[in-house]
Formats: sequence, C-alpha cells, structure tokens
Amino acid sequence: MNAPTLPAPLTFSAYKSAYKPIWCPGCGDYSVLSSVTKALAKVQVPPHEVVVVSGIGCSSRIPAYTTCYGFHGVHGRALAAGTGLKVARPDLTVVVAGGDGDGYSIGGNHFLHACRRNVDLTYLVMDNHVYGMTKGQASPTTEPDWDNKLSPGGTGVRSFHPLVIALASGANFVARAFAGDPNGTADIIAQAIRHPGFSFVEILSPCVTFRPEQKEWKKLAHPSPVAPTDDAARAARRIMTDDGFNIGVLYAGDRPVYRSSTGKAKLTPADLEAEFLL
Amino acid sequence: MTAAARKTTKPARRPAARKPALNAPRTIREFMTLALVMETEASQRYAEFADAMEVCNNLEVAALFRKMADIEGRHATQIMTEMGWSEVPPLPPGRATWEGFEAPETAPGDEVHYLMQPWHALQLALASEQRAEAFFGRLARVATVATVRRAALELEAEEREHVELVKAWLAKVPKPDSDWAVDPDPPSYTD
Ligand SMILES: Cc1ncc(C[n+]2csc(CCOP(=O)(O)OP(=O)(O)O)c2C)c(N)n1
Ligand code: SF4
Repeated sequence: MNAPTLPAPLTFSAYKSAYKPIWCPGCGDYSVLSSVTKALAKVQVPPHEVVVVSGIGCSSRIPAYTTCYGFHGVHGRALAAGTGLKVARPDLTVVVAGGDGDGYSIGGNHFLHACRRNVDLTYLVMDNHVYGMTKGQASPTTEPDWDNKLSPGGTGVRSFHPLVIALASGANFVARAFAGDPNGTADIIAQAIRHPGFSFVEILSPCVTFRPEQKEWKKLAHPSPVAPTDDAARAARRIMTDDGFNIGVLYAGDRPVYRSSTGKAKLTPADLEAEFLL
Repeated sequence: MTAAARKTTKPARRPAARKPALNAPRTIREFMTLALVMETEASQRYAEFADAMEVCNNLEVAALFRKMADIEGRHATQIMTEMGWSEVPPLPPGRATWEGFEAPETAPGDEVHYLMQPWHALQLALASEQRAEAFFGRLARVATVATVRRAALELEAEEREHVELVKAWLAKVPKPDSDWAVDPDPPSYTD
C-alpha cells in the first residue's frame, strides 16, 4: 500500500505575486514584503484564505505584490475595511497594512477604535516618519525638528507614539520591527497573526528618497533585551522609556477579543444580494 | 521612544546592533544549513534588486543583478543536491549565527540607486563576497569539530575565489563620473 503523501509545505514564494514593486530601489518596504511572505509561509495559511487590506501610500501598494486576496482601499480607511471584513468572514486571516500617514493621520481615529474593539486581525504599519507617496510631507511620527523644504525648521509639533497609544487603547499584541531585519520581522508578523485579537506591528521602514538619513537606522536598531510581557503597565513603562529602536514583541496580552454577534460565520453572495433587494 | 530621542532627527548611535558570540556549528548539517541560508538570501536580495532596476529601466544593472541572483541560486541548489535536501532546513535554534540582522553574503537592501552603474553593483557584490570569506574564516577559527573546520576552510577558499572573480570583472567596467547620481528631472523634486 502506498503511504499517503502530504502536500509540500508552502514556501514564501507561494505568497509573492508576479508584479514587480514600483517602490524606489532601496525602500524599506521591499524587505517588509519579503517578511510578510515569509511570515505567511511560517503560519502555513493558504493564500486564498488571507486578505491583505490597505489604504493609500507607497506602503499601501503591498496587497498587489502578494498572491493573497487584496483590497487597496481609501486613504486612512484600511482598518475600517479590514474590521468589516473580519467580522463578516471570521474564517479568513486578515492583514491590514499601510503607512504612518495613512494609519496615524487621516486614519488615526480608526486606529484608536480598532485597538479598542480588539477584532482578531493584524495591523502592519510601515513607518518612515514621512508621507512618501505625496513627496515628503511631515507625518504624525515625524520628528518636530525635521527641517525640509515643505516644513522649514521643522513642524515643531511633538511626534505621535503609536506603540503606547495602541497599548493604552486596547490592542492585544504590540511589537516593533525593523525592515532591515527581514527574518526577525517575519517572526514577529507570524506571532502577530497567530495571536488572538488586534495585533499591531510598527515596522520602522526607511524612505530612502525623502528621508535618506534613515539609512542610519540599521546602526541603531537592536533586539529587545527583555521577553514580552502580558502586563500592560509594565509594557507601557518599557515602551515610554526605550530608545525607539528596541525591536521585538513588547506586549502579548489576553484581552477579550471582539466576536461578531450575528453568529453568521459566512454570507454567500446570494445572502448579500438578498439584503440589497428593494 | 523617549521624549528626548523623539525630539531629534539624529539619535545617539548605539555601540552595536547585534553581536552574538560566534558559536561554531557542531555538525556538517548545521554548517551546510548556514551556508545554504547565506546563498539563498543573497540570491533573493539580488533578484529583488534586479526587479527594482527593471522597473526603473536601468536594464544593464538589472541584467547584472539577475546574473548574480542566478549564480547564488546555483550555489544554493548545489548545496541542496550535495546534502540530498528537498527543502531548506531551519537554522539550528538557539545557535548564534552571524553578527548583524542579515546573513553576511546578503547585500544591504538600501545600497541601491536607480541611476547606479555596473561598477556600483559590482562593488556591492565584492563587499558581500568579502564578508562571506571573512565569515567562513572566523567559523574555521572557532570550529571545534575537525570536519566542520575543514568545510569552513573550503568555503572560505571558495569565497576568496569569488572575490578575485568580482575584482577581475570590476577591472573591466568603467568607474562612474562623480556626478553619476545627478538627475536633471529627479523623481523626488519637492520645490
Ligand atoms: C482622502 C485622501 N487624502 C489625501 C490623499 C493624498 N495622499 C496619498 S498617500 C498620502 C500619504 C502617504 O503617506 P503614508 O501613509 O505614510 O505612506 P508612504 O507613502 O510613506 O508609504 C496622502 C496624504 C489621498 N489619496 N486621499
Ligand atoms: S518615496 Fe519613500 S516610501 Fe515611497 S517608495 Fe520611495 S523610498 Fe519608499
């Protein structure tokens, strides 16, 4: 009798589409794409069961570069679309991705409430402290003294601290990653996907065109010297006092996860059509 | 990030990114796994660069990176065949591998430019081969198992050959002018 043959495990290339990214050569987002495909291969969820949802920005182009289902949505609204999708289709793995402008500026309010709702999805922010796509305007995470032609002398405005805000708002998993560490980032993303509830990964992803000085980040990033904690107060203290380049899972909690109250796991296209009948 | 660190665009440099003590592999399997991961990741990075250069219509450099991706990919296939592996085995858990976030032969992802020339691409390749040579040299020095030491010395010698090949290649390509990156119609114009 022939022994049953197991299907070969999916490798990262199964998640990479044939489209070539149009990011600037050297952009950190290339490595993030590689990390996302490696993470999905670690989790071994087939591409047709994953949806990558994004907003608008250079980083938000990422769904097209994967073989997963994708939704390239409206600027700042990626989390709203991703939340709706996960609530309607809890069987799918939903990964929401975008930039710091998309997620913390125009999408800032969605970010707070997505953390608070704690729906089981993974949110990846490719943070380059700038609006890359629209040619270099300051974003909420831009340093107040970043001097450029569009904000001479700097904005003078204190920068937003996404990790501590996510933690305070109710996210169940909070991590910082660095694009220059693609394998470490893949590990963190895989953990984020596996962790129940809203998992937030802030990925430092240099914009080599508008913030070339961010190439220095590779000299600053370092693995977190401490293990993740499930104590939110301790995590908050660590995040508020670290140097901003501490890479790793900073909080992995067990806060109650939002579940859809409709009890319907799946709607068929016919169910949806029926809802729109007049 | 502390308020002080957030305020400035030039944070203080940390002494080292990641410096594990280099523990030599204990078996040939562990050693070849490291070598395989190095070749595979180097190939993937060159392929990524080739794609990026194609998109920027820098076809000469794209072809060069594609060739390097193929060469490193062939080295990886060779290791797989020699070891009789059908898939890449995981790196041994808990064993320190290399300094820094990426394998020594992987060219840094941010050292490319849309106007770069073959000379630049070969400089990247040269530095990568030199790091690989130094890495295997260090492994040979710390190896405690004779077969592993021999294998490390062999790969060190192979990488040294690659260094010489890239140097010979470099001698044949013109050195770029100092204004090679000047673009009268830059994509990042912000005025
Ligand atoms: C409603 C709306 N407002 C503004 C814009 C213009 N816009 C496009 S991308 C972007 C910011 C992109 O920055 P970020 O999200 O940080 O992504 P990056 O390009 O840096 O990856 C803005 C303001 C838009 N497309 N839609
Ligand atoms: S502008 Fe910046 S963020 Fe956008 S692709 Fe180029 S390097 Fe990346």
